[in-house]
Amino acid sequence: MNIVVCVKHVPDATADRRFEDDGTVDRVGVDGLLSELDEYAVEQALQVRERLGDDSEVTVLSVGPQQAVDAIRKSLQMGADKGVHVVDDAIAGSDSVATSLVIAEAVRRIGAWDLVVCGMASTDGSMGVVPAMLAERLGVPALTLGSSVEVEGDIVRIRRDGDTATETVEATIPLVMSVTDQSGEARYPSFKGIMAAKKKPLETWSLADLGIGPEQVGLSAAWSVVQSTEARPPRTKGQVVTDEDGSGAAALVEFLASKKFV
Amino acid sequence: MSEVLVLVDTLVDGKVGKPTLELLTIARRLGEPVAVVFGEASGVTDVLASYGAERVVAVDDTEVREHLVAPKAEALSELVEKAGPDLAAVLLPSGGEGKEIAGRLAVRTGSGLITDAVDVQAGADGPVTTQSVFAGGYTVQARVTRGVPIVTVKPNSATPEQARGAGTVEAFRPTVSDAARGARITASAPRQASGRPELTEAAIVVSGGRGTGGNFEEVEAFADSLGAAVGASRAAVDSGWMPHAFQVGQTGKTVSPQLYVANGISGAIQHRAGMQTSKTIVAVNKDEEAPIFELVDFGVVGDLHTVLPAATEQVRQRKG
Ligand SMILES: Cc1cc2nc3c(=O)[nH]c(=O)nc-3n(C[C@H](O)[C@H](O)[C@H](O)COP(=O)(O)OP(=O)(O)OC[C@H]3O[C@@H](n4cnc5c(N)ncnc54)[C@H](O)[C@@H]3O)c2cc1C
Ligand SMILES: Nc1ncnc2c1ncn2[C@@H]1O[C@H](COP(=O)(O)O)[C@@H](O)[C@H]1O
Repeated sequence: MNIVVCVKHVPDATADRRFEDDGTVDRVGVDGLLSELDEYAVEQALQVRERLGDDSEVTVLSVGPQQAVDAIRKSLQMGADKGVHVVDDAIAGSDSVATSLVIAEAVRRIGAWDLVVCGMASTDGSMGVVPAMLAERLGVPALTLGSSVEVEGDIVRIRRDGDTATETVEATIPLVMSVTDQSGEARYPSFKGIMAAKKKPLETWSLADLGIGPEQVGLSAAWSVVQSTEARPPRTKGQVVTDEDGSGAAALVEFLASKKFV
Repeated sequence: MSEVLVLVDTLVDGKVGKPTLELLTIARRLGEPVAVVFGEASGVTDVLASYGAERVVAVDDTEVREHLVAPKAEALSELVEKAGPDLAAVLLPSGGEGKEIAGRLAVRTGSGLITDAVDVQAGADGPVTTQSVFAGGYTVQARVTRGVPIVTVKPNSATPEQARGAGTVEAFRPTVSDAARGARITASAPRQASGRPELTEAAIVVSGGRGTGGNFEEVEAFADSLGAAVGASRAAVDSGWMPHAFQVGQTGKTVSPQLYVANGISGAIQHRAGMQTSKTIVAVNKDEEAPIFELVDFGVVGDLHTVLPAATEQVRQRKG
């Protein structure tokens, strides 16, 4: 089975994330890393390959600036077989509609693919829409938000913990799938994995390679615009009491009553 | 006046949820609401009309019910095409399904998409949305510049207001492609009702984390004394103490209640992402250095196993 994993390089959530003057996310001035939620996608792809135990291959695909190559490298260290990095100045500022276009064309160029695995959402934009858009563009079924994954011949089956029900959903390959952080801890790269990754093939493609015009992507082609961004004023720390003398509960209830919650 | 399509969220026990009434209320700021219901609509027409639906489109879903989201996106895109360029917006609920439908619809109709809006107002160039991003650290205002604005809206983004609409019912039978039937739901286990308020809609949320040590009874009892919903941190969910549906945070639910009470929760950024915009925040934690205390309006440094039962008792006494 030929598996493509889509991974995004995102600003570190524990760093001070911020916006540029044009309302796009600052992706250069803040330390970045492989989106933690995409590690689960890499993990599930590797597990599918391992369970099949055949000549299945896992290709990691990332669309993003120069630094995004770090996200691909980490995935290769975890065990993916090869990497594709789509990088082009024109892509900066793309919205999810344009991003899904670039990913879809890159998947097509990768060629004979069976399964595209995505994370549930990117940890910066966190829209969680790219997998559905990708399926729409590629004209294949989508199995989204899988919390466990099973492959049986040509059929992929996931468990999906929805708001109103837990469902089992299946489809026949080729298809797009996304997995949640409930799907199982992602592995750490081993020393061997880190050494092996250095020799794995990594291709860099431009928009021209994908037949996409620069006018189709980027900030100027975005179908939505950010009008303004504003840092939320930090919450001011209120009163904190200790329960050392056993008065904590009474103080708590008194506070709740003063706010009319009791 | 131009129309606004509102996707009615999956009915629970045959009833329309509060988020849908919020969507209708928001839709009235932008144009005339048209409610789109998948499946049997006769039981809900009246409530939809009483919150402003001028038309109720009942989509026949007998053939596509077991095929997840793709058919819904196709049906909606047909409705968008039928409505023509005059359509002011499409509003959808911001759950996993709503966002996926919205994503597909955006690609199909060549329209811009905004997800997770916490407010939508009419503007000179179409709807202006407000979103809360980066774990609630920023507020962003945005608008769609191409096609029909497609916006998914989070629960608790408006107070539902009644306003009678005509509520004219129309049956609609979509043409669904074979491709959209690719995903099949082969089994479904409905979530057990907890008897407590819905997490994302509740005015008060009482949550427990690793600090509960696995015993959620004290958290639940305190929640019940306040009439609150129960939430959990991912550590509590990963430990198998609570189902994932109760998780608050980046990969769980986002809540924005009047009161959020965090018990035995340290306050990691991913947890904060799901509760930081709550009106009042209270925490009980035995570590005075826990980051959650940076956010609180009121905090108790203490053992939740002693503080919560005592507080529960006192709330009960006050309520008589
Ligand atoms: C990609 C990603 C997504 C994530 N998504 C989420 C998410 O959606 N939601 C989420 O919650 N987390 C999420 N996390 C995990 C998050 O980083 C934290 O690990 C998690 O929130 C910790 O849960 P906790 O506060 O219950 O546990 P801990 O951090 O272990 O804190 C337990 C707290 O309980 C206190 N305590 C212990 N015993 C007692 C007692 N007897 N009485 C009072 N206090 C006590 C301790 O002092 C401590 O502060 C995510 C992480 C990643 C990487
Ligand atoms: N620039 C990108 N490059 C590769 N994959 C991406 C990119 N953006 C999003 N994805 C994939 O789509 C998923 C959902 O992203 P989003 O819709 O942005 O929340 C991510 O978890 C990734 O798997």
